[in-house]
Amino acid sequence: MTAAAPIRAKRVLPGFTLSLGTTLLYLTVVILIPVLALVLKGADIGPQRFWAIVTSARALAAFQVTLTAALIATLFNALYGLLMAWVLVRYEFPGRRLLDALMDIPFALPTAVAGLSLTALFSANGWFGQFLAPLGLAPVYTIWGVAIAMAFTSVPFVVRTVQPVLEDLDPAYEQAARTLGASDWAIFRRVVFPQILPAFLAGVTISFARSLGEFGAIVFIAGNLPFKTEIASLLAFIRLEEYDYQGAAAIALVLLMFAVVLLVISNRLQAWAARYRGQA
Amino acid sequence: MAIEISDISKQFGKTQVLRGIDLSIMDRELVALLGPSGSGKTTLLRIIAGLEWPDAGQLVVAGEDWMQLGAKDRRIGFVFQSYALFPHMTVRENLAFGLTVRPKAQRPSAAQITSRVDELLTLLQIDTLGERYPAQLSGGQRQRVALGRALAIEPRVLLLDEPFGALDAAIRRDLRRWLREVHERTGSTTIFVTHDQEEAFELADRVVVMEQGRIAQIGTADQIHDHPATPFVARFMGAVIELPVTLRAGRAELKGVDTSALPRRPLGDGPATLFLAPDQVALEADPASPFLVTAVSSTGKLLRVTLEAPGLPVVDLDLPRLQARGVAVGQNFRLRPLAGAVFSAPRSASPAGLIEMTPVKENIA
Repeated sequence: MTAAAPIRAKRVLPGFTLSLGTTLLYLTVVILIPVLALVLKGADIGPQRFWAIVTSARALAAFQVTLTAALIATLFNALYGLLMAWVLVRYEFPGRRLLDALMDIPFALPTAVAGLSLTALFSANGWFGQFLAPLGLAPVYTIWGVAIAMAFTSVPFVVRTVQPVLEDLDPAYEQAARTLGASDWAIFRRVVFPQILPAFLAGVTISFARSLGEFGAIVFIAGNLPFKTEIASLLAFIRLEEYDYQGAAAIALVLLMFAVVLLVISNRLQAWAARYRGQA
Repeated sequence: MAIEISDISKQFGKTQVLRGIDLSIMDRELVALLGPSGSGKTTLLRIIAGLEWPDAGQLVVAGEDWMQLGAKDRRIGFVFQSYALFPHMTVRENLAFGLTVRPKAQRPSAAQITSRVDELLTLLQIDTLGERYPAQLSGGQRQRVALGRALAIEPRVLLLDEPFGALDAAIRRDLRRWLREVHERTGSTTIFVTHDQEEAFELADRVVVMEQGRIAQIGTADQIHDHPATPFVARFMGAVIELPVTLRAGRAELKGVDTSALPRRPLGDGPATLFLAPDQVALEADPASPFLVTAVSSTGKLLRVTLEAPGLPVVDLDLPRLQARGVAVGQNFRLRPLAGAVFSAPRSASPAGLIEMTPVKENIA
């Protein structure tokens, strides 16, 4: 009699080891190592020097400009992106498909092209700028210009995260609310919005993160005046060009921290907004 | 609230879903709209709710023209087939929704809303589930919450779309009885849609049978069962055996079929079709009958007997097994229907080979 062979469960899907291995390797090489290098580079210089670099007047101003402009852009994207998603999902009109496709242009367009055309439009003699300039509102070379460039490149994130959720929302919810006597506004505020909130928060966060990191479109329209319209990633770039690797790494590290904190907050918020799901 | 529906029609694209519906429903009545899918029953219900608008027709409820009122202002309770409970609200919040969205002036105080919700939780027999989310409830519990949410606003008319469609048989029976009780206690006028005739007959005071956008028959369970108004209703009630017969002096005649148990019909002589239900026919041994047993199978309780006769459609009968011990393959039997419906056939058969029947010719004994 031979000893019974141990039973080994067979996986239903083959290739688990190979596919996981490939993914992890890729993740390590492309994401983990660069981030680690950045952290090490930043740590290299010691806390005091690091602190000195990131709290220098010029760096602080750059962070402030970046954050403020990103907040403005995100606020705009939150409102406009939600409206856009609503229009694309809820109304049937000629050109809807075209509009839907146009929404992807900021994704596809090289950011430098976007920056150039925005600058051309908003400069004092551009199509929009010629009306804004006399009112003293010309946005080129101001923080508003930075915000406009950020908003342009990141609005699809809100639209594209909210749109599918809104599409899948069962119309019976709204009809039920209506038969219970709810007004249009009450239906939106109490029935529709809470259900798209997790996706909306996710979209807004990505949009904000993207705005913080935007570079190409901004450098054209911002004028890049230190203490005024110089953004953090540009400052890091300038330091790098000056062969100040440590200064560049320190500033980049702060941006990385912003991103991480943002992701954590966003995940918490999404979990909170979706707390009623799947706790059967 | 009494409901008067007159001449309502509705078209979706090129499909005519309702073709001139006339229906009167009395105050506090419990009415079922019964029909196969595509008969327009759900559309009619949604028109009464104001979720759909007819192309033509009148809808008057308690003397008020509801064509002038939107769904929001009709104060109806609508229970969706999918329940449509708000997933991000607890059971309590769902139940309170209709009260909390009222304009400030008409809104009950927070304390009143709480006590109303408590009342409903008791009525629904789900007292302990108030803080749960819909995802944490079973199908039967969701159904109760959906009904409770509709009842919270003290609706003038309660409308239910396939209320028990998604539930298993035992819970269905339970909820049916309970819905009847709730209907009687709240005194609302209730209309529900179903494709299940047993459900319709058990629950409703009156059943409206719908066929292709028209009302085929209105009546109680017995009326519809004993005197189906059209061949469609007869088939829908389960009389799926159709035999070509000859009418003579109001009685259907066919070799091998003993129709003496059926009452005479006030119909003219000529060709006709006899509709029989598989469980309402007895068999009597008769070597001279053309009906030959070709197959027998048992479900334990019932014996399914297949009989064939030259030139006639195959007949499948369901007999109580213990009363049909002598039935075996290869024997000839005479059919003795205990109940059945007869409709005169028009002179020419339809091209599909199906026999078209003249509709609504009275066949009451």
